[in-house]
Amino acid sequence: MSNLETAANPENLNRVVIEPVSRVEGHGKVTLLLDADDRVHQVRLHIVEFRGFEKFIQGRPYWEVPVMVQRLCGICPVSHHLAASKALDLIVGAKQLTPTAEKLRRLMHLGQILQSHALHFFHLASPDLLFGFDAEVAKRNVVHVAAVVPEVARKGVLLRKYGQEIIRHTAGKRVHGTGSVPGGVNKNLTRAERVALLGEIDTIIEWSREAVGIVKQLFADNAKLYESFGRFESNRLGLVRADGALDLYHGGLRATDAEGNTLFDHADYQHYYELIHEEVKPWSYMKFPFIVDKGTEVGWYRVGPLARVAQCDFIPTGLAEAERVAFKAFDGGAALSAPLGYHWARMIEMLHAAEGIKELLLDNDLSGGDLLLRGERQLRGVGVIEAPRGTLIHHYRVNEDDQIVSANLIVSTTHNNQAMNVAVREVARQYLDGRTLTEGLLNHIEVAIRAFDPCLSCATHALGRMPLELELVDAGGAVVGRLARSG
Amino acid sequence: MLVFAWGNPSRGDDALGPALIERLEAARPAHPEWGELALLTDFQLQPEHALDLDGHRRVLFVDAHVSCVAPYVFDRLQPQPGFGYTTHAMQPEALLAVFRQVTGREPPPAWLLTIRGLAFELGEPISAGAQAHLEAATGFVASLLSGDWQRPD
Repeated sequence: MSNLETAANPENLNRVVIEPVSRVEGHGKVTLLLDADDRVHQVRLHIVEFRGFEKFIQGRPYWEVPVMVQRLCGICPVSHHLAASKALDLIVGAKQLTPTAEKLRRLMHLGQILQSHALHFFHLASPDLLFGFDAEVAKRNVVHVAAVVPEVARKGVLLRKYGQEIIRHTAGKRVHGTGSVPGGVNKNLTRAERVALLGEIDTIIEWSREAVGIVKQLFADNAKLYESFGRFESNRLGLVRADGALDLYHGGLRATDAEGNTLFDHADYQHYYELIHEEVKPWSYMKFPFIVDKGTEVGWYRVGPLARVAQCDFIPTGLAEAERVAFKAFDGGAALSAPLGYHWARMIEMLHAAEGIKELLLDNDLSGGDLLLRGERQLRGVGVIEAPRGTLIHHYRVNEDDQIVSANLIVSTTHNNQAMNVAVREVARQYLDGRTLTEGLLNHIEVAIRAFDPCLSCATHALGRMPLELELVDAGGAVVGRLARSG
Repeated sequence: MLVFAWGNPSRGDDALGPALIERLEAARPAHPEWGELALLTDFQLQPEHALDLDGHRRVLFVDAHVSCVAPYVFDRLQPQPGFGYTTHAMQPEALLAVFRQVTGREPPPAWLLTIRGLAFELGEPISAGAQAHLEAATGFVASLLSGDWQRPD
């Protein structure tokens, strides 16, 4: 079988469309080309990437940007808020923030990681994992999770709530926060706020540990399925701290290949464009990033929790580090390249975030008064952060009048574009090839996509726009089968 | 009482819900009869919002809609276990069901006001057509808060 990206004779094949992919932020579409014997010849994941950002932001004063960019995405506004702030720190000449400012930003970021990972696992992924990939559609949602395992659903809600509280205290508001500004932050955390947040943190840590345990048990109980489902080998990319530790807020870029060999390490992300280029393919709106030195064919990579946990040297919090060691050791490293390993790594990161939040809340620097720095004005800045879904790059140029003249963003989902396509093709090879398609089988495709937790920088969500429809069209264009479910 | 609207203020008519909240906030000082009224906005409806419903006698959800009858539609909601997800964002009926599961109690009576939107482009203001829908919807909510919702249950 070919690599399934492009069929040799597409005009003679039946076309199946899964559109949009459910429980994925924004709009996604999968097309399958099948022959008369249901053999799969082509599989493509199309993501309708939002590209209007540059126009939206050009000409605006730079100091507005950290607030404006939150409106790109209703799911990870804090990540955009912080990545933009980091880029603009350099514009205002603040190469090193005050300890108070940096720790407050780190706390805000860990709050975002905690709530985002909790949402994904408890509310988006757990229905598939707990009830099976081809369970009845009516059961593959969190309401059914709440009915069957109410404690899991309840803890998911409360973990989310706690992460949002961290964000509210550090960003100033629950949404459209203004806490992070170029050169630092505009408020500290009072002692009373820290005490209040500390009151719940041990419970949050314990629930995060339990969540790691759930995924670990799923792997142990279903090792063959979890290790092989959509499995593929790839390069990895992410930030690491100077000593090689996992660092979700700041560091140098590290890339490794599938065997763990270093491709580059501690690279200064101000020059990311020398390391990473983006390939355009005629069939996709979204670009395909690749590591320049390896080229388009083999230079693509994955980002996000699985890449980060797999390639860091250690995690600088005790409980999460112990879980990382167990994760890497599982069946000789079998989880490291498995798409479903994302769930395990994501929960390890959630545990790390909970531990990191406790450490920070105990740090008196959070209540310090030295919030802002300024230095020599610059005209260009790049900010990179490890967002919940992976590496997020913000790159801005400003003019002497403080206006944004250009902006470039590479979001996590774009980095993972090729990796998600390959995962979907592997699943098609493993489960769909030669079989009559059913809704349950097609959900396998979605399970693979959801493992990456793609987010499409899209906060438009008007009701009534998101049904899932699957159509099987014969070579003559006639609809010969249809499956549908409402939102 | 709680009025909870969601939408992206920078995506054209997706801002209808948050804009209605702004108008209620501005009008509130002139309407002491509204009594204790909580106003809340967010980008999207999320599971933890179930906890925001706690302690309110009634809840009104407000959202923009691409295809509802103009200028708005007002519906009573019931918790709907099994009401599916599409994206990360939730539907309000599912949120009521999550409230029931998380608290073990019945959610407060809830309604959904959907305001007809026309254009949802990033960076665009609310369209002229949707502005008229917003005016009508705001008037309706104000009359609700001053009238029917002041009566005992």
